Amino acid sequence: MAERMGFFTDTSICIGCKACEVACKEWNQVPDDGFVFRATSYDNTGALGASTWRHVAFVEQDGRWLMSSDVCKHCTHAACLDVCPTGALFRTEFDTVVVQADVCNGCGYCVPACPYGVIDRREDDGRAWKCTLCYDRLRGGMEPACAKACPTESIQFGPLDELRQRAAERVERLHADGRTEARLYGENPDNGVGGTGAFFLLLDEPETYGLPPDPVVTTRDLPAMWRWAGGAALALAAGVAACFLGKRG
Amino acid sequence: MAECHPVGYQWVMEARARGAKVFHIDPRFSRTSATVDRYLAIRAGTDIVLLGALINYVLSNGLDFREYVLAYTNAATLVNKDFRDTEDLDGLFSGYDEETGRYDPSSWAYEGDVPEEEEPVEGGGHHAEAAGSDSYGARGAGASATPPADPTLTNPRCVYRILKRHYSRYTPEMVEELCGIPPERFHELAEAITANSGRERTTAWVYSVGWTQHSVGVQYIRAASILQLLLGNMGRPGGGIMALRGHASIQGSTDIPTLFNLLPGYIAMPHAHRHDGLDHYLEREGADTGWWGNRRAYVVSLLKAWWGDAATEDNDYRFDYLPRLTGDHGHYATVMGQIDGTVKGYFVVGENPAVGSANGKAQRLGLANLDWLVVRDLMLVETATFWKDAPEIETGELRTEDIGTEVFFMPAASHVEKEGTFTNTQRLLQWRERALDPPHDCRSDLWFFYHLGKRIRRRLGDDEIDRPVKELTWDYPEIGEQRDPDAEAVLREINGTGPGGRLLASLRELKPDGSTSCGCWIYCGVYADGVNMAARRTPHTEQGPVALEWGWAWPANRRILYNRASADPQGRPWSERKKYVYWDAGKGRWVGPDVPDFEEDKAPDYVPPEGAKAQDALAGTDPFIMQSDGRGWLYVPSGLSDGPLPAHYEPHESPVRNALYGRQANPARRTIDRPENPYNPALSPRFPYVYTTSRLTEHHTTGAMSRPLPYLAELQPEAFCEVSPRMAEELGLENGGWATIVTARTAIELRVLVTGRVRPLRLNGRTVHQVIMPYHWGYSSGGVITGDVVNDLPSIVLDPNVYIQESKAGTCDVLPGRRPRGTALLDLIERYRHG
Repeated sequence: MAERMGFFTDTSICIGCKACEVACKEWNQVPDDGFVFRATSYDNTGALGASTWRHVAFVEQDGRWLMSSDVCKHCTHAACLDVCPTGALFRTEFDTVVVQADVCNGCGYCVPACPYGVIDRREDDGRAWKCTLCYDRLRGGMEPACAKACPTESIQFGPLDELRQRAAERVERLHADGRTEARLYGENPDNGVGGTGAFFLLLDEPETYGLPPDPVVTTRDLPAMWRWAGGAALALAAGVAACFLGKRG
Repeated sequence: MAECHPVGYQWVMEARARGAKVFHIDPRFSRTSATVDRYLAIRAGTDIVLLGALINYVLSNGLDFREYVLAYTNAATLVNKDFRDTEDLDGLFSGYDEETGRYDPSSWAYEGDVPEEEEPVEGGGHHAEAAGSDSYGARGAGASATPPADPTLTNPRCVYRILKRHYSRYTPEMVEELCGIPPERFHELAEAITANSGRERTTAWVYSVGWTQHSVGVQYIRAASILQLLLGNMGRPGGGIMALRGHASIQGSTDIPTLFNLLPGYIAMPHAHRHDGLDHYLEREGADTGWWGNRRAYVVSLLKAWWGDAATEDNDYRFDYLPRLTGDHGHYATVMGQIDGTVKGYFVVGENPAVGSANGKAQRLGLANLDWLVVRDLMLVETATFWKDAPEIETGELRTEDIGTEVFFMPAASHVEKEGTFTNTQRLLQWRERALDPPHDCRSDLWFFYHLGKRIRRRLGDDEIDRPVKELTWDYPEIGEQRDPDAEAVLREINGTGPGGRLLASLRELKPDGSTSCGCWIYCGVYADGVNMAARRTPHTEQGPVALEWGWAWPANRRILYNRASADPQGRPWSERKKYVYWDAGKGRWVGPDVPDFEEDKAPDYVPPEGAKAQDALAGTDPFIMQSDGRGWLYVPSGLSDGPLPAHYEPHESPVRNALYGRQANPARRTIDRPENPYNPALSPRFPYVYTTSRLTEHHTTGAMSRPLPYLAELQPEAFCEVSPRMAEELGLENGGWATIVTARTAIELRVLVTGRVRPLRLNGRTVHQVIMPYHWGYSSGGVITGDVVNDLPSIVLDPNVYIQESKAGTCDVLPGRRPRGTALLDLIERYRHG
C-alpha cells in the first residue's frame, strides 16, 4: 500500500470562497443540491450530503465570522465500510475510503453508520455518495480538486504524517501569536475513529462548526455485540437442544 | 478583496502570515473583514473624511517623509494668488459658476503659469464640458516644469501650507461624526500607516469600485495619492495604490480604450470645435515637458498604424479621419440620447446595462426606443431580452408589441475559445492560447469586428465620407476554417514597426515624422525582436521576485511605476531594506531588479538646460516623468473638474448634513434632471436609510456568467439584502423573509439576511442604518435563478471628471414584505416621489 494520504483543512486561513465546493462538483460531476436561500449566513448548501462533498460552513459570532470547509473524514476505523454488505465501500491503496457507484445497491446501511453524518443516499438514484478524496486524480498523480482550487492553501493535501506535523507546527505558531483558541480536530489516532484522514484546525469548539465533539466509530461495539449475540445464540441453542433431549428422556 | 478577488487575496493572506498588518475599511463586513487584523465599519460615501483626517494626522504631527516630499512632490510649489480654498468659501474653490455648476480652473494654477485662454467656439465650450479630466489630466496639462517654489514650506501660498490648512478640520472627531469610526480605531489606523512608512517601510492601499462609484470618485483616489506621496509610498516596493478592477482585462480596455474620450495610450480624443488640424490639437492637448512632450510621436505613429501609407505628412497623417467629440458621449449621455431618439443604434459587447448600470429603468426605456441593437454575449442577457421580460412589461410601462427595436444577438466565444491578451491591474499583459474552436456560430470579438469591417468596406462607394474606413489598414491574416484574424498580428501592430517593417523594441524609437507606426505607444515593446513578450512564462524558480520574464508590463516592462522614487535624490537606496532601483555611478546608469522608469543614463545631478523639452526638461531628481514638472502632485493645478484638492461632500442622496462645509454635495457633480431619473431629496425623512451595492464571491457582476451555472447558482440562489438585527427589529423584517427597498426610481423585493455583521452607525448621537445589497440578479440571462434588479435603485448622478455613477452610496426606504405588482408598484413609487 502507498503512503496514507489525507487533508489538513486549516480554517484559520479559509476565506469562504467555496472554490472547493465548486471544483469538487466540477471534477466529480456531482449534481447541484437545489436552489434554496437558507438565510443562514452565506451557507446555502446546508451540510455535507450525497450531492455536496465539500461544504463550507459560515459561523457568525460577535465580531468574528468563522469559515470552514468540511469533508468526509476518511476514518481509520470507518463504520460505513464495516457495514457495507456489497463491498461497494472499500479502502484504497491511499488508505482512503471510497464508494464504488457501480457496486452500491443502495441499501443505505452506511448512512446511519457514519458518526459524522457525511455519507448520504441520493433521492433519485438511491445510491450512497460521498467524497472519494478524488481517487481518480490520486491515481493519476494529481491532488484532489478542492485542494487544487483552494487559493489560500486552507485545504492542504499530502501524506498524513507530514500533514500532522505541519498542523502541529501551525497550532504552535498560532498559540505563540496569542490565538490560543486554535486546536486540531480529528488528527489524534487515539480518538473514537482511530484518527481521521481528513482533519482540521479549528478556532472554536467543534460543535460551533456542526462537528461532533467526540465521535466514535459506530461499529466499535460490534465485536462485543457479536460475542454477546453469539453467546446468547449458543445458550438458546443449548436450551432448545436440552428441551428436545429432555423430551426424549 | 477576498470577496471579489479571492485568487489575488491569497497574497494578502501570505503577507499577513509574514507579519503584515491588514486593515479593512468598508461599509460592509465581508469575507475580507473576517480575515484581517482590524475591520473598520464606515458610512458609505465618507471616505474623504477619513483619508483627509489621515492627511491631517500626518501633517500636524510632522510625520511626512520630508526629504521625499520636498524632492519628489509639488509641496513647495507656489500657487496663484487668486486661488481660494474651500476653507475660504465654505465648501467651494475659487472659479465656481453657480449658474452652470462648473468651475473655471484658471485660478488653481501654479504661480506664474498663464492660464490657457478658452476660445468661445461655436457649439463647443470649455474642456470640462466636453470630456472632463480623463482626456486632460492624464497628460498633466498646463503646468510649467519649474514653477516658483519655497523649499522652506513657510510661504502661505505653497502647496504644503494650503494642504495643511485645507485638512485642518478633518479631525478624529469629524471622522467619528461623519464616518462612524471611533477615535481609538482611527488612531490605531493612523499610527499603523505612519509607523509603516518612511525609509525602512512602506504601506500599500488597495481599492475597488467602492471608491470610484461616487459623485466624488476621482477625488477619493486623489486623497489616497496625497497620503501616499506625503508618506513616501509611491514608486517604491510595497507601496503604491492598487486599483482592483471589476472584470478581466478592464485595465486593457482603458489602455486601448472603449472609452469615448480617449484614443489608445490615454491620448485625448480630438474635439470637433476645439481642434483644427494635428498641429493645433497637439499644441492644446498637453504639456511640452515630461514624457507627454513626445506626444506628436505617439499620435503620428498611431495614425500610421491605422491609415498606413495613406497617412502622410502632407495630409496631417489623416488626423482629420479621426472621429471628433462634440460633448459628453459617455454611457449615461448615450442612454438619454436613446430615450430622446437621437441615438438609433447600439452595440453592447460583453456588458449587460439593463441590469448592470444605474437606474435600470432608464437603461431599458432607452433600449426600447432604438432602431437596432446588437448584443454580443455568452448568454442571452437581460439587455437582449428586455422586450419580453423587463419589469416595465409587468407594470405596463412598456408593451412588447410597441417596441420597435430590432435585436441582433451574436453568440460570443469564451476566453478559452480565443487567443489574445489580458492586461491586469498591475499593467501586466498575459497572453492566453486558444484551447478549442468556439462552437456553432460563436465567434471572438476580434472575428466579429474584423469581418464586420470587411463587409462594410465592401459596400462603400467613392464618397468622401467613406474614405476614412476604406483607407484603414484592415488586412490581418485569417486563420483556420473560421477565418479568425491572427491575434498576434494585431499585437504586432499594437507594438509597432519602423522602416522596413522592423518590430520596434521600445517606445523611445517612436518618431514624429511618420517613419514609425504603433497602435498604442505604451504597449510598444510587447513584441520586441519578434518575440511575443506577453506569452513568456519563465517560472519563479528561474528568476528573481520581480519576475521580469513573466508576461510583459507596460511601459517597457516596468513592474513598479515611477521607481526612480525608490532611491533618494542622490540616487542611493532610501534604505537597504527597501533597495530597488538606484544609481550606479561606476556604470553611469540606474540599476536594480526592475527596469528603471527613468532614462537609464540620466544622472541624479542632471539639470535641464533652459528651454529643454519633453524628458530633457526634467531633472535627475524628478521621478514622476509623465508630469510636466516631474513631481508627484499633492495639489492638482489643472486637469480636474471639481477642485485641486479632495474635499468631503455628502453623496447626492444622503440622510446626513455635511458637517464640514455649507455645501452639502459636490458642487460640480453632474445631475440628469429628467422624469426618467428622479432623485431622492437630500436629508429626506422619506428615505432615511443608507444603501450600498456590492458583490459576492459566488457570482460575477450581473450574474450572466454565474446564474446560468447550477454549481454557482446554488451557492447564492436568491437576491438578498443584509440588515442589522436592530434595523430588522425596528422594521419587522424577518430573517429569510422579504423586504421591499424603495427609492424615487422604483422598488424591488429582496430576501432578508439579518446579520450582526451589519452594525448601525452612531453619528453625532444619532443612529444611521445601512442596507447592503449584492447586485447579481436579473430577470433572465438564461439563469436557473432570477431576482429583482438592485441597480434599478440608484439614480444617475455622476462624478464630473469621468462620469461614473454614484451607485455605492444612496438613500432608500425599507418596508417588510414583498413589493406590489403591476401598476400598484407605480402607485407606490408615485406616493414616495410626492409624499
